[in-house]
Amino acid sequence: MDFPMFHLDWLNDRFLIAMIAILHVLINHGIAVGFVPYIVWLEQKGVCKSNATEITDTKWDGMAERMMKVAFIVTTTVGAMTGVGIWFSAALVSPASIGSLIRVFYWAWFTEWTIFVTEVVLIMVYYLTWKNSNQSLQSKLKHIKFGWYLSVFSWFTMAIIVAILGFMMDPGNWNKHHSFINGFTNPIYLPQLFFRTPTAMVIAGTFGYLLVFAFTQKNTETRKQAIQTSAKWILFWIPFSVLGAVYYYKAMPAAMRDNMSTAVGTIEFQQYYQLLKYIILGATSSIFLIALLGLLKPGKVRWGLVLFPTIMAFGFLGIFERVREFIRKPYVIGGYMYSNLLRKEDYPLYQRDGILKYATYNSTPEITATNKIEAGRNVFMLSCSRCHTTQGINSITYVFERMYGSFNKPLDENAMAAYIPNMHNGRTFMPPFPGNQKEAEALAAYLKFLQQSHETLEGVQTAGVVVNSLNNIDAAIQIQQTADSVKAVKLAKK
Amino acid sequence: MKAFIMNMLLIHFLQMNTPVPRDIPIPLPLPEWLLVVLLVFSFLLHIVFVNLMVGGSMVTLWAEIKGLKNKAYDTLAYEVARTITVNKSLAVVLGVAPLLSINALYTIYFYSANALTGLMWILIIPLVAVAFLLTYLHKYTWHSMAHLKRLHIAIIGASVLLFLFIPLIFLVNINLMLFPEKWSSIHGFISALFLPNVFPRYLHFIFASLAVTGLFLFWYVGRKNYPFETIFPADISRYDVKKIAYSLTLGASVIQFLIGPIVLISLPSKGFGWGLLSIILTGASLALIAMWWIWKALIGPKEAINRRFGAIVILMSITVLFMGSGRHTYRANALDPHRQLMAEKTAAFEKLSEEARMHPQQSNTAEVVDSSLGTVAKGAALFKTNCSICHQKDTKLVGPPITEMVSIYKNNISGLEQWIKAPGKKRPDYPQMPTLSQLSDADRAELAKYILSIQ
Repeated sequence: MDFPMFHLDWLNDRFLIAMIAILHVLINHGIAVGFVPYIVWLEQKGVCKSNATEITDTKWDGMAERMMKVAFIVTTTVGAMTGVGIWFSAALVSPASIGSLIRVFYWAWFTEWTIFVTEVVLIMVYYLTWKNSNQSLQSKLKHIKFGWYLSVFSWFTMAIIVAILGFMMDPGNWNKHHSFINGFTNPIYLPQLFFRTPTAMVIAGTFGYLLVFAFTQKNTETRKQAIQTSAKWILFWIPFSVLGAVYYYKAMPAAMRDNMSTAVGTIEFQQYYQLLKYIILGATSSIFLIALLGLLKPGKVRWGLVLFPTIMAFGFLGIFERVREFIRKPYVIGGYMYSNLLRKEDYPLYQRDGILKYATYNSTPEITATNKIEAGRNVFMLSCSRCHTTQGINSITYVFERMYGSFNKPLDENAMAAYIPNMHNGRTFMPPFPGNQKEAEALAAYLKFLQQSHETLEGVQTAGVVVNSLNNIDAAIQIQQTADSVKAVKLAKK
Repeated sequence: MKAFIMNMLLIHFLQMNTPVPRDIPIPLPLPEWLLVVLLVFSFLLHIVFVNLMVGGSMVTLWAEIKGLKNKAYDTLAYEVARTITVNKSLAVVLGVAPLLSINALYTIYFYSANALTGLMWILIIPLVAVAFLLTYLHKYTWHSMAHLKRLHIAIIGASVLLFLFIPLIFLVNINLMLFPEKWSSIHGFISALFLPNVFPRYLHFIFASLAVTGLFLFWYVGRKNYPFETIFPADISRYDVKKIAYSLTLGASVIQFLIGPIVLISLPSKGFGWGLLSIILTGASLALIAMWWIWKALIGPKEAINRRFGAIVILMSITVLFMGSGRHTYRANALDPHRQLMAEKTAAFEKLSEEARMHPQQSNTAEVVDSSLGTVAKGAALFKTNCSICHQKDTKLVGPPITEMVSIYKNNISGLEQWIKAPGKKRPDYPQMPTLSQLSDADRAELAKYILSIQ
């Protein structure tokens, strides 16, 4: 409404955020939170297995150091930038929601940031002092101890971030009390943490397992032992990961119901939810099998065999993130702002007067017979474009054609105009249509036009903006003058 | 006269095209002054490390090229290259706090500028990631690519190009956010790039990076526990490197005195004021003193080069603080009138919205009971609001027509109620019916009664 609408008409705006966010979570959990303790454990093993004359088993230590180098480079480049990227993309696609969240949770994020800065500094110190610490046993032991501190710290950043994610989705509590504690008492906080902690360890273990092949020689004792060690790590954590997944899985529908205030989840949620069960089974059993093989027959394992479980391990985490995002619907901020970025409390006004009137950037403040399609396009941009494209991913023409079964025939404009204002009754994950009847009709006309013309919709990043004449500076000056004269009258009365 | 009319028309045109959006209707998380202090300080901390990253990579490129002929410079290049990867990590993490603060303080302005240059803005993420990966590649292949020097130089060359381009994207955004009156004339990054003041400010930043990097290098090689003699070849001394470092700072600062006035002149006048001017001039005069001391150290005796280093760093830091404050003062001046209009507008809208909330109208989706229908009146009304968008009397819309339901459930009203309660998917060419959980058992009974009453 108040921001120029950035829009990616093929990729889908939400997909942009999802891509960046999922990559970030995979790196954060798999290559930082879980990986650091795994590496420290390896480093410690190197000292234990060396003979009395050495500080550490040099070959083993070199392998662990090189594995950490991979993690160090990935986390401080792609990992760090995708973290910032979540902010950037969310602010582009969803400025009203992220702007509101920052106003309320500024301190939570600020605190998180200070912990994050410490974590980055610790990672740099841990990795960059590795080689120097190999000069004496004392400094090596200190280095290992430091690694354990870092592990605790990285876990801590995750524990806080999960709380932040939790309070953003805390149903209903957003308006009432803006306390960070809500994040921790949120019904899905503990299930998430119980799931994420061991799963991060499992992903780290499988990723490390894969890296062993890159940093050891074929048919060596080091490789054999490294495979067995990684296998033990995975086998230790995987039961916890499965238990955590089941716990989280069971907690999901309740969280979903709270947000939607419906008795059962939607069809779409159910589909994801069913899929999840198979992914939990498939991913964990393939990881379990490759770990078991590594433990019993380390000589038989080839890197190609480990690649598949590694991808499965990352996918396992990724799909949970997708389902978690689904729980949020139809809101972007539970009970306060719908996923179209419009506040629930402004709906009576919009549905009475229409949204076009109040949009800052809009070429059609009034709908006329001649601008109906253009007005429909503006309505689409304002109320649908955050989740739907015109012809790309989750395209609006596709969802209507699928619903009406009219892939080869024109969409029915009148049926759509009747359907749109009622859509949220049947599809509870959809926000109610915010506009008035005239706007629903314009939107339906535009949708039919879209189906037939295959037109695409440009976002402001290429098309620019048209300022709504009701919301330009002249209009604002009039509002100010009215406000001033009201004040003057009040003052005079006193 | 003609010019006057043209001018009036232009002003009118600008007014028509200056948007006044509504602000986020939630109070700021902190008093505004505190947010401003946090913004200015955290930004300066961030920008110093950005300076070291950008300036450091430029110095590395220069020294490595020079090192093709003179080994000492090659060593210098390696030493500086090793610092870039650390400084860049700090630059990124320290950027989060000012980002958070500017998002809170200038939500509308910052996000609007971001959206208007959206593609380039989001490209920052992959571009920076690639630039970082290149700096690691450059650092960790230093020895293994010793015999492929030109290719190795190309790697840092590519990362320098990226490091030089990325600040331009930030500057375009920071500049564009100041001018809502220009927003409707912007079509993507390139058109925003050519607004006045972008390039002068950009050059100002680049030379600041070089000046800061010079001071950093002076300190880095001068540290007591830095084993200079074991790292560098014998034909270069600590003094030589310090001289290079100081010359870099001095040279870059002199150029700043040429660019600075252009930055001031090219600033649109709307944010100007005596306060701003005095802040900038005070900062500049402090820098002059520091530059004089650097000059004295450069022409002075060898052993006196360290004299006043601490004082120079402090003076330069104060200059940076003044420039940072000046930058903020301009922004505040430039945006305040618009922010006031926006605040009034937001308040007026909140009032309108509240009124509409207090007096809800009969919505077109609410059920209207037509009592002439008798016993099925309630069911008919429920059908209209909950079912009619998908089911019609005798043609298929989304789901099957009513006539078909009647033929299936004619003598089985409870079966129909059960289906409505827990619908499934029966036919391959129809979508599954959603569960209408807003309906009660009584509603379902009424509905079934109505449906089966249709002939």
